[in-house]
Amino acid sequence: MANPLKPAERVKIPRQHMQEQPASARRQNFTEVNLGFDFDLAKREAQRCLECAKPACVDGCPVGVKVKDFIQLVLAGKYREAAAKIREDNVLPAVTGRVCPQEDQCEGGCVMGKKFGPVGIGYLERFVADYEQKSGQIGLPAKAAPTGKRVAIIGSGPAGLSCAGDLVQQGHGVRVFEALHEIGGVLVYGIPEFRLPKDIVRQEVENMRRMGVEFETDVVVGQTVTVDELLGEEGYAAVLVATGAGLPNFLNIPGENLCGVYSSNEFLTRVNLMKAYRFPEYDEPVFDCRGKNVAVVGGGNTAMDSIRCALRLGAAKACLIYRRSEAEMPARIEEVKHAKEEGVEFMTLTNPVEFLGDDKGWLKAARCVKMQLAAPGEDGRRRATAIKGSEFDLPLDMVIIAVGTSGNPLVQSTTPDLQTTDHGYIQADDATLKTSKRGVFAAGDIVTGGATVILAMGAGRKAAQAINRYLKTGLW
Amino acid sequence: MNASNSPGFLITAARFLAPDVKLFQIHAPRVARKRQAGQFVIVRIHALGERIPLTIADSDPVAGTITIIVQGIGKTTKQLNALNAGDSIPNVVGPLGKPSEIEKFGTCVVIGGGVGTAIAYPTAKALKAAGNRVIAIIGGRNRQLVILEEELRAFADEVIITTDDGSYGEKGLVIDPLQRLLGQIDYVLAIGPIPMMRAVANVTREHKIKTVVSLNPIMVDGTGMCGGCRVSVAGKNQFACVDGPEFDAHQVDFETLTKRNAMYRDMERQSLARHQCQLEGMAH
Ligand SMILES: Cc1cc2nc3c(=O)[nH]c(=O)nc-3n(C[C@H](O)[C@H](O)[C@H](O)COP(=O)(O)OP(=O)(O)OC[C@H]3O[C@@H](n4cnc5c(N)ncnc54)[C@H](O)[C@@H]3O)c2cc1C
Ligand SMILES: Cc1cc2nc3c(=O)[nH]c(=O)nc-3n(C[C@H](O)[C@H](O)[C@H](O)COP(=O)(O)OP(=O)(O)OC[C@H]3O[C@@H](n4cnc5c(N)ncnc54)[C@H](O)[C@@H]3O)c2cc1C
Ligand code: SF4
Ligand code: SF4
Ligand code: FES
Repeated sequence: MANPLKPAERVKIPRQHMQEQPASARRQNFTEVNLGFDFDLAKREAQRCLECAKPACVDGCPVGVKVKDFIQLVLAGKYREAAAKIREDNVLPAVTGRVCPQEDQCEGGCVMGKKFGPVGIGYLERFVADYEQKSGQIGLPAKAAPTGKRVAIIGSGPAGLSCAGDLVQQGHGVRVFEALHEIGGVLVYGIPEFRLPKDIVRQEVENMRRMGVEFETDVVVGQTVTVDELLGEEGYAAVLVATGAGLPNFLNIPGENLCGVYSSNEFLTRVNLMKAYRFPEYDEPVFDCRGKNVAVVGGGNTAMDSIRCALRLGAAKACLIYRRSEAEMPARIEEVKHAKEEGVEFMTLTNPVEFLGDDKGWLKAARCVKMQLAAPGEDGRRRATAIKGSEFDLPLDMVIIAVGTSGNPLVQSTTPDLQTTDHGYIQADDATLKTSKRGVFAAGDIVTGGATVILAMGAGRKAAQAINRYLKTGLW
Repeated sequence: MNASNSPGFLITAARFLAPDVKLFQIHAPRVARKRQAGQFVIVRIHALGERIPLTIADSDPVAGTITIIVQGIGKTTKQLNALNAGDSIPNVVGPLGKPSEIEKFGTCVVIGGGVGTAIAYPTAKALKAAGNRVIAIIGGRNRQLVILEEELRAFADEVIITTDDGSYGEKGLVIDPLQRLLGQIDYVLAIGPIPMMRAVANVTREHKIKTVVSLNPIMVDGTGMCGGCRVSVAGKNQFACVDGPEFDAHQVDFETLTKRNAMYRDMERQSLARHQCQLEGMAH
């Protein structure tokens, strides 16, 4: 069914608002903030699409999801078909619909954007994916005849999962090795429940299991087994390294080892993966934020997630310290908006230079300086410099450092013929994701540095194509 | 096997070595094949559980088993010590950390305090196998807390025992015999409570004896991902789970480690109290 409305009528429909938990309620719980579209809202939103001859939304999506086509299926009420259409390019639509930075990607390209506000592509993607999951009838793609070849995938984040899904469809045997006790990478240890319910990730993993992907947790490749052993005695014909960028950066300023100073990775792992927000039902402890002054240092999604977790754990005052201005923050726009609504105070153009503690070793304050932005440099980024004499002390009981991550070296350091970049990431060919070592491919954050879920998935799929070709032809 | 939908890692044998100190053999073939002295595993013993590090005391690559020795001091270790042969542990991951540096040093003194003896035991054995003369000093608060004496006597050139209360061996601290041995020592490994390791470091520093300690900061993942286990060594931060756990004793900032290890004291008490209530509840 085509859209019965004329273009002039379509642009008159305002962008539909997704229902969400009121800020006062949601800052008390870990359940999802966004409540999703119902059928009417989804239809209204879908009607806004102009069905462009050259859809810029598709170009904006890193994996080229056929946005226009799936929106047309939504209009026709064919929700499962719409989900299947997305799955042709994106195997985790319920995840990406929630966490993609749409404003920079599909929605950033949408022609409706400038004048009327972009079509809510992320909301619609989430709507059809949730519909599909609730229907319990996920159309698992057909599998090719078994090839007898086996592939080992190291790391179960979006890059590893999407590669595994594609390879198993092509008839290869696939085993995913994961260091932690749960499957999902950042999707389970980093991004909190209130933004991405873990049941959704679990369901997607279950689908893969049903398709025949094997999972082995508690294996740290580099320690438990090496890449050479996987390729040798364990009989794998190819290996994908998809270990992410999981090493926390610190500020390297005095006082960073005080009690109450966390890396965002530690704080989020305790809260999300280990469920410290349900202590003492769960055994894992985390700093007791109730009534306390807390802050996060950073301006990305990780910083937003950390400080919003602290707020939900009962912090009296939650503050975000960022060295540049709000315009430079890399976080998704929606997260910034939600964080503000929940009461997070933004202290931009501010940078900590030292943490101060008491004689028991507990954090008491952050000594900060005010910053100013210079004109954009050659790389287009505006450098921030400290303003002399602007030091002040901000009283704090806990602080979370969320200033980026780097690659975990365990695989690289135990695989001598794997070439790395100056920053310790794995060198891989842009088109094929082949590394310097025969039979070994690499994809996701371990190649690019911290990026996005959809980019990691796109890379995983690209690697799957190249691995398939390698297994079929034997040519490197 | 340890696929995530399998029941976990089977305990093949379990026995108490001392009250609250229990030895387990666990079927973990991948770990058993790879493990070297000084490395550890991280275990999670049930679906609501935390992840705790435990040293691999021994392994049998052929049988596919590893040995761990656990001192029940808080909720998780006490719960673990209630398990028996035939039970399973859902998650066992390893071997983690760097292996001990094993060389021919000459005369090595290996000092274990409390359950630290279990952590030092595999490295002591490896030092002996590398041709060193090994003197073991094991300390405990009382006779019952002296563990692994027989096992150490089986290979060590000398075993000295100290107890705080004099109920067994010499009365006093492990550094008393250490002081006596000064002058004939080339290498010291000390593992136990932080005050003990610090005291050993202070004794050997003056005499410029190479001394290594195995640090016990609070860990979560054990793969270098969280940074919670960071310790300051020679003024630089190191992650004990990947850069350690063994470090040069003379360079360690013990004070920060002591403070950071106390971070969750209240919650640990709460967990233990809750656990004991539940046990009593079950008994009634
Ligand atoms: C808190 C947070 C919030 C984020 N929010 C967003 C968002 O809103 N939108 C968005 O698009 N992106 C977001 N990102 C970024 C996004 O999550 C990552 O870019 C993406 O997950 C990278 O995928 P990956 O598969 O490369 O690696 P990861 O997701 O990091 O997965 C790597 C996996 O490999 C495992 N591993 C590592 N080393 C080994 C080893 N030696 N052996 C076995 N296993 C190993 C790790 O345990 C992990 O499970 C966020 C990131 C964080 C940390
Ligand atoms: C590398 C390493 C090897 C170890 N080897 C052994 C061993 O072979 N046998 C043994 O009995 N013990 C060993 N430990 C100590 C053991 O991990 C702790 O006793 C255990 O975690 C305590 O947990 P709990 O819940 O029983 O006690 P809790 O009441 O929770 O804690 C008691 C104390 O244990 C420490 N601790 C708590 N949680 C952790 C954690 N996640 N990681 C590290 N320390 C923690 C803290 O100092 C705390 O104050 C080792 C520790 C490390 C770091
Ligand atoms: S995958 Fe992400 S970028 Fe692509 S269409 Fe979906 S929401 Fe947009
Ligand atoms: S660019 Fe916008 S209006 Fe055009 S097809 Fe894509 S979603 Fe529809
Ligand atoms: S335990 Fe997390 S980095 Fe060492």
